[in-house]
Amino acid sequence: MAIDTSVRPQTDTGRRTADFQSTTLDAKVPAGPIEDRWDTHRFNMKLVNPANKRKYTIIMVGSGLAGGSAAASLAELGYNVKCFCYQDSPRRAHSIAAQGGINAAKNYRNDGDSIYRLFYDTVKGGDFRSREANVYRLSQISVNIIDQCVAQGVPFAREYGGMLDNRSFGGAQVSRTFYARGQTGQQLLLGAYQALERQIGLGTVKMYPRTEMLDLVVVDGKAQGIVTRDMVTGKVESHAGDAVVLATGGYGNVFYLSTNAKGCNVTASWRAHRRGALFANPCYTQIHPTCIPVSGEHQSKLTLMSESLRNDGRIWVPVRKGDTRSPDQIPEGERDYYLERKYPSFGNLVPRDVASRNAKDVCDDGRGVGPGGLGVYLDFGDAIKRLGAKVVRDRYGNLFDMYERITGENPYEVPMRIYPAIHYTMGGLWVDYNLQSTIPGLYVIGEANFSDHGANRLGASALMQGLADGYFVLPYTIGDYLATLGPTKVTTAHSAFAEVEAAVNERTRQLLSINGQRTVDSFHRELGHIMWDYCGMARNDAGLKQALNRIPELRAEFWENVKVPGDGAELNQSLEKAGRVADFLELGELMCLDALHRTESCGGHFREESQTPEGEALRDDEHFAYVAAWQWNGVDRPPTLHREPLNFEYVHLTQRSYK
Amino acid sequence: MNLTLHVWRQKNAATKGAFVKYDARDISPDMSFLEMLDVINEELILQGQQPVAFDHDCREGICGTCGLMINGIAHGPERATTTCQLHMRHFKDGDTIYIEPWRAQAFPVIKDLVVDRSAFDRIIQAGGFVSVSTGSAPEANAMPVPKVSADQAMDAAACIGCGACVAACPNASAMLFTGAKIAHLGRLPQGQPERYERVVNMVEVMDKEGFGGCTNIGECSSACPKEISMDVIAWMNRDLLRATVAKGKQGSK
Ligand SMILES: Cc1cc2nc3c(=O)[nH]c(=O)nc-3n(C[C@H](O)[C@H](O)[C@H](O)COP(=O)(O)OP(=O)(O)OC[C@H]3O[C@@H](n4cnc5c(N)ncnc54)[C@H](O)[C@@H]3O)c2cc1C
Ligand code: FES
Repeated sequence: MAIDTSVRPQTDTGRRTADFQSTTLDAKVPAGPIEDRWDTHRFNMKLVNPANKRKYTIIMVGSGLAGGSAAASLAELGYNVKCFCYQDSPRRAHSIAAQGGINAAKNYRNDGDSIYRLFYDTVKGGDFRSREANVYRLSQISVNIIDQCVAQGVPFAREYGGMLDNRSFGGAQVSRTFYARGQTGQQLLLGAYQALERQIGLGTVKMYPRTEMLDLVVVDGKAQGIVTRDMVTGKVESHAGDAVVLATGGYGNVFYLSTNAKGCNVTASWRAHRRGALFANPCYTQIHPTCIPVSGEHQSKLTLMSESLRNDGRIWVPVRKGDTRSPDQIPEGERDYYLERKYPSFGNLVPRDVASRNAKDVCDDGRGVGPGGLGVYLDFGDAIKRLGAKVVRDRYGNLFDMYERITGENPYEVPMRIYPAIHYTMGGLWVDYNLQSTIPGLYVIGEANFSDHGANRLGASALMQGLADGYFVLPYTIGDYLATLGPTKVTTAHSAFAEVEAAVNERTRQLLSINGQRTVDSFHRELGHIMWDYCGMARNDAGLKQALNRIPELRAEFWENVKVPGDGAELNQSLEKAGRVADFLELGELMCLDALHRTESCGGHFREESQTPEGEALRDDEHFAYVAAWQWNGVDRPPTLHREPLNFEYVHLTQRSYK
Repeated sequence: MNLTLHVWRQKNAATKGAFVKYDARDISPDMSFLEMLDVINEELILQGQQPVAFDHDCREGICGTCGLMINGIAHGPERATTTCQLHMRHFKDGDTIYIEPWRAQAFPVIKDLVVDRSAFDRIIQAGGFVSVSTGSAPEANAMPVPKVSADQAMDAAACIGCGACVAACPNASAMLFTGAKIAHLGRLPQGQPERYERVVNMVEVMDKEGFGGCTNIGECSSACPKEISMDVIAWMNRDLLRATVAKGKQGSK
């Protein structure tokens, strides 16, 4: 694939819209009927001779659902695996926090589910911005994931007869979601973690916890290794391998406040992007409607509550602006149940993006409740009257407890306050059907790739995708690459490693030597505000341009005025954060640029200029039915846009409607 | 509110540590305990001092990364609550708070409040899994699992591996942690083939890592943010006994 490296002169529009002589990306999707493609492809791929597998070293960065499952599976096949994570144990990756469940087309309920239906729902739910062949494969594999996890001892919820239980999730019309209480992510991750620990014990995986990847090493156009920093001793080290896999999760923390863990970052992906991997659809972010609102400037992260709460809770705000009465003093006639009013058939159960945007609208209108007017009520008063407190407690007791623990308010007596929060990033490094990025030998799996969710991810499909990639896709496709190439001769003695190490050391030295007046967190917070205000739930031309002016200024200030105490040769949490925020300051700009160029609304990306007369998102398939994959050309130089056209042969393009 | 903190500071594993006093001013009752430490750290950084190092990640009580001794209690005074989910409204204006790392021989201090819990991973490596390689699994519903067993397995599997049980135990025993994994897998049909081998191997590593024995004090379970019951320790001991008896019989043949 030819990549255009030409840089256009920096005229104002050229710099902003960055629509250059872009190339068309080849996703290497196999031909034939969609049901047969993965099978045919598996047969056509080369195999590595079992006796030779141990001659190959695979570098796995990340040990969440995607990385943990992939590292274990590759080691079982006989490869040498080196696995890295920034936490003190692979069991703590942020996959652990997923609550709701995991989808699979088992059709155990006999309610009409099928591989095709899961495929159809996912393509449509993604607002027609994903690749059909990948989504079909994902749906096919979904059933194997459940088998694998059950065999590992994942304690999924069961019915009295001993069979697996299912529930309907995120507005799906069939019950295809498997769950383990409110801790599905935890249990799936522990399954993968245990499989991984088994391999570590057998010596086939070498695990490097508290070790952060700070750069990628590319030799003769191929990914051949990484440079890491030991977060305890500060030692910067090189690791060489035959292929590198990034399974480093999402970048929602660019907004500072999100439901992600504090350590979630874009560094591994961003460093790979800077070394040539294209970054796809960076502006597609998902905002979850039922999170606990911000309580003050000290807020460090946001907590999500399962959206099942919307099944019985009613969402409202006062009719009158600036109404500061306590909720029980506001009579029925002075409450606006705005979702029920605007969407009579779906009511409080409209999809995530619609619910989130409407909450923002009423708050922007001055009718929000709680601190700063950034909240709406989620009221269980009627549900308690109708069902009794006991039923409500049985259904939502743990969520009510969690809410009370955080806010100090009792939701059985006072309506909950909720507000949307950044939750998931659909964008990520561009990968082809084999999950290979535009750098040969660099694979990207899990939330880190741009993958299968298009412009909007359906509930319970991220866990499915991470495990599909890790257990069942990557182990095949990476074998094809390795078998074609043969074992590498490149070691860390190659000069490329010394060069990258020197660059990493220089960056650390720089961060430590600025010794300015502002902390890393203060920069991160400010970036978060810019992103949330201008590239959050609703975006428009003027706002995005403003953000595109402010981010480079903030980035310049960061490199002149940040204060990072301590030194590099020790555990230094400020230094870790500084490196991550420096990368977010570059990513944020790309996100805004991507959002600016996509003048349509789709999924999680709502452009105010592109809406129906009723104020709903309006897609522009004629101009935007493509994946936007951006090429890095240097800081302060416009990136080049490459396109992967999306063809919908099976699921026909339709506009979503929830009226 | 205003508080007086005594925070354990220790440069690294090789250096001796000590408490250092800090004043925490204008703390909002809505802050979490870790957000209160964030405030202290921002001030320290601006004064050119090193911030207090502490472990944390999800800040929602599920990853098991955080963990502090707060006035001598693992994860502080609230029941079933991790440090990251503890809020300042449970303290009073003028309170004095002592903050220390987990204390256990098997959890050496790395820096300030950060300890090394990798011994837990090594216990899991010894047998805390079902040996089923990817691809070899049978159809998920081929083997029914009674709902009660699945629920009890889940109760034990809820462990977040934070180490509060070890920190709270006067013997620094890891039996609640180890027992939880043994009971989780032992309650399920999938865990049966390796059941007795698992308990022997895991307990052996647990002892080798330097964790103490269990004398039925129960501090582990009351400190546990997931309220794992002491039953898992009884379960583990029973399995261990059966395993040794079976082994003894084999040996005498
Ligand atoms: C609160 C919450 C609830 C959710 N609920 C659901 C749900 O119910 N159903 C669903 O399907 N999805 C859900 N999701 C989404 C889903 O959990 C995630 O998308 C998914 O788990 C991501 O898995 P991953 O393996 O790609 O990344 P992660 O689990 O985030 O793992 C990333 C790994 O990369 C490592 N890493 C990162 N950067 C570096 C670096 N520079 N160097 C070394 N290592 C690095 C980390 O240490 C970690 O091991 C939820 C997400 C959140 C936040
Ligand atoms: S930080 Fe994850 S449990 Fe406290």
